[in-house]
Amino acid sequence: MKENIVIIGGGIAGLEAAGQLLGLGYKPIIIEKSDRLGGHVADWNCLFPDMTPAKDVVGRLIAGATEANIFLNTEISFVNKLKDSYNIMLSNGISIITKIILVTTGFSVFDASKKEEYGYGVYDQVITNRDLEHWFNTGNDRRIDDCGMNAVGFVHCVGSRDEKAKNPQCSKVCCITAVKQAIELKQKFPETMVYCFYMDLRMFGKKYEDFYIGAQRDYGIRFIRGRVSEVSENIDGRVIVKAEDTLSGKPVKVTLDLLVLMAGMVCNPDSTKVANMISLPIDSDGFLKSRDNVADIIDSPKDGIFYAGACTGPKTVPETLAEARAAALKIHLYNKTMQ
Amino acid sequence: MDFGFKISPSSAINLDNVDTVKFEQLHDMEPDVYKCMACGSCTSTCPANRFSGMSMRKVILALQRGKEKDVVSMMRNCMLCGKCTMVCPRGINTRHLILSICRIYREDGK
Ligand SMILES: Cc1cc2nc3c(=O)[nH]c(=O)nc-3n(C[C@H](O)[C@H](O)[C@H](O)COP(=O)(O)OP(=O)(O)OC[C@H]3O[C@@H](n4cnc5c(N)ncnc54)[C@H](O)[C@@H]3O)c2cc1C
Ligand code: SF4
Ligand code: SF4
Ligand code: SF4
Repeated sequence: MKENIVIIGGGIAGLEAAGQLLGLGYKPIIIEKSDRLGGHVADWNCLFPDMTPAKDVVGRLIAGATEANIFLNTEISFVNKLKDSYNIMLSNGISIITKIILVTTGFSVFDASKKEEYGYGVYDQVITNRDLEHWFNTGNDRRIDDCGMNAVGFVHCVGSRDEKAKNPQCSKVCCITAVKQAIELKQKFPETMVYCFYMDLRMFGKKYEDFYIGAQRDYGIRFIRGRVSEVSENIDGRVIVKAEDTLSGKPVKVTLDLLVLMAGMVCNPDSTKVANMISLPIDSDGFLKSRDNVADIIDSPKDGIFYAGACTGPKTVPETLAEARAAALKIHLYNKTMQ
Repeated sequence: MDFGFKISPSSAINLDNVDTVKFEQLHDMEPDVYKCMACGSCTSTCPANRFSGMSMRKVILALQRGKEKDVVSMMRNCMLCGKCTMVCPRGINTRHLILSICRIYREDGK
């Protein structure tokens, strides 16, 4: 039971795994690069599909992991492979010898300014899904006019399903996030017209389709099938969006007070850095490569190194938590075989 | 208005200018009209579609895009057989919807 277990990344995956490992009698070590725990979920407001407050989820996970050794503001400087273990050198000067590493480094939100045609960072009225969550949390964003928005648009698949943006993958969570955020905006501004520009609506999860039906039936959100091709600004600072309404086969344009870009989930460059240090392979989608994408998603190809959460691809919160629990059990069994 | 890639200016849809008053009136009578997911089941089963191009999917879409004229000419061919209602997976009573559309859009329809 004295074996060191190093968890790299203190997002929800790392926290949940730590909580489970503590329950199994281990004393895991969490290494978190930023100054706080919770990862991306700590930035969100309410979570689909039940609008659970994100801070409750994160708060519970942090409470369950307090007994772990937690290093904030800490990165991995380098890793030396020893005979049957790893020597991990941290940026705070501490070094740890361990046989078991759990990688929970998560994802990055696609940098929407790379899609220049959408004008993020150029036009004032263009924001991202992350900015909107931030506004739901803080009410603080000068780009959002609380008292007088006629029309708001959501652009799906920003930096996803886009070979030019080097991310041909579907990010999976942004369709449902768009629907969720569209409803939340409509609840705050019932008079505002809300449009979603989509290519496909991928409502794969439990109760997601109900969300979509509710968005249509109860909130009158208008879904327009067509990818936004370009965005421009007019004289009074509103944005003009052009797309093809592919259901009618006609070009469509609309002037909006706010445009929300659904930036996708891409591999975190910090994950790749860690992967390079321990010679872990990268999959063709840019995320960390599992031993097997069907049966062994939480196993890396190397003995003693495991994954959980969005470091291996886009995941929802429940999927991430399930993987973290599975990884904790896997580590427990692995540790027994070593004895 | 310069549309950038205009083919025929009349076919382009400018959502800023769409008058939604009648569609909202329709929505008050037929709340389910918002639920259409454009699956096309209604159109493929419609006996009038083959010879006239009648399409319930297109009717609902055109009303939301301010293309009411297209709707009126399409709807003339509906026989009110109700097959579209039978197949709609979103449970929209399309036959009833058609009657309501006629009521609301008739006066200046033509
Ligand atoms: C806009 C948006 C909204 C979403 N809303 C929902 C929702 O409502 N419901 C839902 O189920 N899912 C939602 N998701 C998905 C959810 O965010 C993810 O499932 C979740 O964040 C994955 O958790 P994770 O711990 O794997 O990764 P992350 O949240 O990315 O956490 C990774 C952690 O590791 C740290 N880290 C990274 N690299 C290193 C390193 N080298 N060294 C040390 N630390 C490192 C990071 O700082 C971070 O704290 C949403 C996603 C997006 C983009
Ligand atoms: S989940 Fe939806 S918005 Fe996100 S990449 Fe996939 S299809 Fe596009
Ligand atoms: S009721 Fe009209 S639209 Fe519906 S299937 Fe019959 S003919 Fe077609
Ligand atoms: S069958 Fe129903 S949901 Fe499908 S297109 Fe027709 S009206 Fe819409």
